Amino acid sequence: MEKTLDLKYTYTEKKDTRSGFGDGFLEVGRKNPNVVGLCADLIGSLKMGAFQNEFPERFFQTGIAEANMMGIAAGLSINGKIPYTGTFANFSTGRVYDQIRQSIAYSDKNVKICASHAGLTLGEDGATHQILEDLGMMKMLPHMTVINPCDYNQTKAATIAIADYEGPVYLRFGRPSWPIFTPADQKFEIGKAWKMIDGKDVTIFATGHLVWEAVVAEAMLREEGIHAEVINIHTIKPLDEEAILESVAKTGCCVSAEEHQMNGGLGDSIAQTLIRNHPAPMEMVAVNDSFGESGVPTDLLQKYGLNAENIVKSVKKAIARK
Amino acid sequence: MCVPDLERKSLEYRKKILKYIKHASAGHTGGSLSCIDILNVLYNQILHVSPQNFSDNNRDRYIQSKGHSVEALYVVLADQGFFPESELETLCQYQSHFIGHPTRKVPGVEQNTGALGHGLALSVGTALAGKMDEADFKVFTLLGDGELAEGSNWEALLAASHYNLDNLVVILDYNKLQITGRNKDVMNVEPLLDKFKAFGLAVREMDGNDIASIKATLEDVPFESGKPNLVIAHTTKGKGVSFMEDSVKWHHGVPDDAQYQQAQEELDKKISALEKLESK
Repeated sequence: MEKTLDLKYTYTEKKDTRSGFGDGFLEVGRKNPNVVGLCADLIGSLKMGAFQNEFPERFFQTGIAEANMMGIAAGLSINGKIPYTGTFANFSTGRVYDQIRQSIAYSDKNVKICASHAGLTLGEDGATHQILEDLGMMKMLPHMTVINPCDYNQTKAATIAIADYEGPVYLRFGRPSWPIFTPADQKFEIGKAWKMIDGKDVTIFATGHLVWEAVVAEAMLREEGIHAEVINIHTIKPLDEEAILESVAKTGCCVSAEEHQMNGGLGDSIAQTLIRNHPAPMEMVAVNDSFGESGVPTDLLQKYGLNAENIVKSVKKAIARK
Repeated sequence: MCVPDLERKSLEYRKKILKYIKHASAGHTGGSLSCIDILNVLYNQILHVSPQNFSDNNRDRYIQSKGHSVEALYVVLADQGFFPESELETLCQYQSHFIGHPTRKVPGVEQNTGALGHGLALSVGTALAGKMDEADFKVFTLLGDGELAEGSNWEALLAASHYNLDNLVVILDYNKLQITGRNKDVMNVEPLLDKFKAFGLAVREMDGNDIASIKATLEDVPFESGKPNLVIAHTTKGKGVSFMEDSVKWHHGVPDDAQYQQAQEELDKKISALEKLESK
């Protein structure tokens, strides 16, 4: 179906966002000698091996002890060092929440929590590992910056950019092979939403893997004469409220799209912004209070409604409520 | 500083701990009195830390994992000149930065601590950073005994040993009491010596309320090249005040007026006794 659509962004290659992290991590390691790595026995899964090989003296294995990894990272952050921790998103958040809250967020430590295999698209391993609550947990923490890039290139750019930002960051990415549709030479600006497609009838605010689905949905809607604006919200916190309000003031309604629980996700943050400033009809594409299950990513996204078809349906609902 | 001078300081610190806990109507009395002799020797004898070198990357680090005994830390930091002691009159009050657990808002505090089981991993990371930089500083951390039930400590000890952190000095304030009762009744931590040795640590025991014993032990660090140092400091909770010693109810008890007066008198008598001894 995608091939027949007149897409505003296209791709020639697919890659996992975790590889964007791994490649960005190596590059930032070469640029900045203060960058150090820690991993809780998932070096292969996180694609941290290249950095480890090149900078063995700046890389620390902690074993399967994520809580310890967070504490050690906080301790390592003295004297200018910039620790990047690597494990799955569920072990980067829920399992170690108090360590992050006290030793990293409350203490304002310059630790970069790099979290792979987030969301349903982890696939076959199923619900235990498919965290859908991580963005909520992290955005609630004072001092924490929360980033969820959309493809390989954006993940790589974000991985490099966060080294220049002083403060704790949660960087979320995933496992599936995914279209690379953003430019390789992009400048990643934390907290700055990216308007990818101009529109007038509705705004689609998407984050992570769902940005691609929003691009597809826009083309599908255009065929029906609906002109959607697509905004890539790679930074969940701090949220670019100005960009959100400016767009909704123009389009009059919106849809949020994310691979996360509806409770506590990007949609929540946008809804708060709108309610306080400019109430407008809004629909949310997200997981509705449910755990995941095993399956290939596309089947899971279909079942839980996290795809272009459901974004299109939600857009029509939002427009009808104007 | 000689042992009698340090002994006198400990008594004065105890008087101040009680003064500010009484003033705040809050605090962790028993634990602060238990660990104060250790902090006294650390700050007056062992640590290369002062208000003048606090921004020096090569300073020693002290991280108090048992953050609730914060009154002991604040009193010692005031004495070291990190801030005027009078500021402690705001302890635990609205808008004061002298919060009920250590915070870096207070000059001289290295790390925010309080929730238990976090300080050791932080210390391991800091010691690891020291090794990376080939720096000379040491990292000292004070653990509570009840805190040892937190599994995170044992994860951190694994890593300390794995990375041969002989620049790390872990001191256990082993007063054998925690908020609910005796460690052995709440969650038995023994046999500690065997456990710590099995984790690959260089272990020493000392009387954690005896200045000479503390001084002799801590001056001997590192105990063994390539191994993290662990000191089991046998202490008495509420040490120095007869009715507070070894009593669970003084975990965070605040003395009433009569108790406060009696406590101060007991400590004054000990100071007088020390003075008499010195004048002989």
